[in-house]
Amino acid sequence: MNTGINYSEKIPNNVNLSEDKTLQRALEHWQPNYLSWWNDMGPEGSQNFDVYLRTAVSVDPSGWAQFGHVKMPDYRWGIFMNPKDETRKVSFGEHKGEAAWQDVPGEHRANLRRIIVTQGDTEPASVEQQRHLGLTAPSMYDLRNLFQVNVEEGRHLWAMVYLLHKHFGRDGREEADALLQRNSGDADNPRILGAFNEKTPDWLAFFMFTYFTDRDGKFQLCALAESGFDPLARTTKFMLTEEAHHMFVGESGVSRVIARTCAVMNELKTDDPAKIRAAGAIDLETIQRYLNFHFSVTIDLFGADESSNAAIFYNSGLKGRFEETKRDDDHRLQGQTYAVLNAVDGKLIERQVPMLNGLNEVLRDDYIKDSIAGVGRWNKVIEKAGIPFRLAAPHKAFNRKIGALAGAKVSPDGRVVSDVEWAANEKHWLPSAEDRAFVASLMGRVVEPGKFAGWISPPVMGINRQSVDFDYVRFN
Amino acid sequence: MSEVLKQHLIDPEICIRCNTCEDTCPVGAVTHDSRNYVVDADKCNQCMACISPCPTGSIDNWRTVLRHTAFTTAEQLTWDVLPPVVELDDGLVANAAANEPVADARDSTQTNAADASLGSVVAPASAATPVVNLYGPKNVMTATVSGNYRVTALGTESDTHHIVLDFGSGNFPVLEGQSLGIIPPGVDANGRPHHARQYSIASPRDGERPGYNNLSLTVKRVTVDYDGNPVRGVASNYVCDLKKGDTVQVIGPFGANFLMPNHAGSHLLMICTGTGSAPMRAMTERRRRLRASGDRLAEGKLMLFFGARSQKELPYFGPLMNLPKDFIDINFAFSRIPNEPKRYVQDLMRERAADIAALLKDTNSYIYVCGLKGMEAGVLEVLRDAAIANGMDWSTLHAELKRDGRLHLETY
Repeated sequence: MNTGINYSEKIPNNVNLSEDKTLQRALEHWQPNYLSWWNDMGPEGSQNFDVYLRTAVSVDPSGWAQFGHVKMPDYRWGIFMNPKDETRKVSFGEHKGEAAWQDVPGEHRANLRRIIVTQGDTEPASVEQQRHLGLTAPSMYDLRNLFQVNVEEGRHLWAMVYLLHKHFGRDGREEADALLQRNSGDADNPRILGAFNEKTPDWLAFFMFTYFTDRDGKFQLCALAESGFDPLARTTKFMLTEEAHHMFVGESGVSRVIARTCAVMNELKTDDPAKIRAAGAIDLETIQRYLNFHFSVTIDLFGADESSNAAIFYNSGLKGRFEETKRDDDHRLQGQTYAVLNAVDGKLIERQVPMLNGLNEVLRDDYIKDSIAGVGRWNKVIEKAGIPFRLAAPHKAFNRKIGALAGAKVSPDGRVVSDVEWAANEKHWLPSAEDRAFVASLMGRVVEPGKFAGWISPPVMGINRQSVDFDYVRFN
Repeated sequence: MSEVLKQHLIDPEICIRCNTCEDTCPVGAVTHDSRNYVVDADKCNQCMACISPCPTGSIDNWRTVLRHTAFTTAEQLTWDVLPPVVELDDGLVANAAANEPVADARDSTQTNAADASLGSVVAPASAATPVVNLYGPKNVMTATVSGNYRVTALGTESDTHHIVLDFGSGNFPVLEGQSLGIIPPGVDANGRPHHARQYSIASPRDGERPGYNNLSLTVKRVTVDYDGNPVRGVASNYVCDLKKGDTVQVIGPFGANFLMPNHAGSHLLMICTGTGSAPMRAMTERRRRLRASGDRLAEGKLMLFFGARSQKELPYFGPLMNLPKDFIDINFAFSRIPNEPKRYVQDLMRERAADIAALLKDTNSYIYVCGLKGMEAGVLEVLRDAAIANGMDWSTLHAELKRDGRLHLETY
């Protein structure tokens, strides 16, 4: 059947789409549904804008970062995998040393599908969570960055759908459809993971989300990039190159909010949150509470600290550790142990568990190390401004809802506290309704090129060597 | 003596440590510790592959330094902020340039590093669109050697080879002025795989032999280092010793600026020394083939200044002499002819200043300089003097040449 669609032009890819009839048929069914999902649930009121976006047209350095103004519904969502290494081996678990699998091994089919669906579900979820933010952008530059994050999450959904269509037959096609049917925050048909049903109500939350929660995405993708199932490893490896932009939006966004707050503090010579708020900036204490919230909600995403699924995924070669191939151990982990935290009788105690069962905790600890490094870089901005305040990531046991620490009342500095103390301090530790209302009150739309809302500093430089006042979005 | 280097640095204040640059770098020049990401000046070939993938722009920082004072990676790892921009003392630079032996021997590694402060960083507007970075260390292309000929006379110090590589059914599209990387087999003294060495392509886009999927390189065997001490250049000796039928690991193509114009009536002013002749050979041969087929694109003047120690050490001397005088205006400068004064390309250019000025006045003229770093300052000085002597404002002209992709410097 000749459909007349030029696949390689419309859908840039390096998976030989124009020759693969089965895949074409699956996509012909799915793609219109995707576009209607994008129009219904994607960035609100902005489908006609010309946005200065980065599009990947191939996986080499010159091809995956092509910039130009495009309308988002016309964005060329492509399907890419990192180049194949014919000699690649499974690098961990009981199949270590065997040739990496090009097809799904029958005995691991259900687990692999589950891993791919769980990852795939987060991608459209964040687009849904962020769909109203365009209405309150602090600048045209930030608006463009939001849309870039959105279209790339869309492409990541395509990447997972490709794997489902290509390798999982009818089940895969059904799962691909379901990815467009679940909706973030929908009471009847929510997204799979908790953090992806939370609201992203304001831009501080958005920056925190891209810093903390997209970083969870980075760590999950890194673990999947080690997979013995080669198509999954190569797909996620390429997704990581795009994920880096999301990390940047979060880290530099929070950093610019902090820079603006510090400037106001120095101008007014005050550290009184009320005065800082009155001057239209976000006090550092509120930023700390947002940080506490997003950090704690995100580390829950790594799952229970003891998990037999994690052990099975690792042992069967489906999902590795962060930087698996850079580690110096036997990559089998049989008989080894790892410390997890429990709250017992008002105390936090470490308990050794079999490492295979503790792999969620291993990944969570790697994540914590990485995210704390960025908090250190935010503190440099405060330090440079000569202000004696320092931000800190809360204790791992703070505000947990999943695993052995779920429900334990632990302060940000790691003390088990009474219900009374928790209740008295919750508003100092987590964003209160008043905090959120205040931040929301600052959210006005600033979209004139080169202008920025009063609560955030301009960036040091523009995107792709363009100036900060470049017309990143044309509203038509 | 040291040369001027435009050193590539990463701004630690803006970098978010995403590892994209390290993953992207085709020659392994980017490394990191728990604090900073840094670029090793000895490995970076300024291919620019890392620039557009960087999400932050922190990758796009440059400082002009003398090579022997380049910031080491150990030093960069301790930085919280980039060092301030320091203007180099002109006297120091001139001194460094003057002491650079024009025909010194070194690995004929050629970079695409157009010194941003002196030459263009854009291609001519009419240039064909180059394909770059199609292959890297993670997806290497294999080529087969289909020829290896010595192109300097036996008995001379310069042992320069013309290497022909065939890609069989593989895809390796190139334009005149581009380069490729060759990865020597084996490991270095630290047990790590050798990094790729870059070589300019000496044949035109349609192949060393038209219609064949091949290309050629000009490679000089390195036997002494900068200071004249005996040394055996790993890559150049490997390449010069290749036999017909051997396979080599190739990455690239590299280079998106040092390209020839593609419009009728464009003139090429080419200035080179030693193996810097490779891109000039490619461009000249491109024009020669267009002319042979009666193509209008062949219209326009070609002027070449070519320096070597002696006629015997000048690669391609014979074939060059056979080109018609009305096709190309060739000027040779020899620096080591017994009983004759040393003559460098700059000296010869001064003698032809009037003709050079005529080219400078024409906005269809494109200038290409390729060879040892030491010639760069001298060549620019001659261009400046020729312009001024003929009533042109050099600073305006120089800015226009840079802006319009008409002044390309590729020196090493």
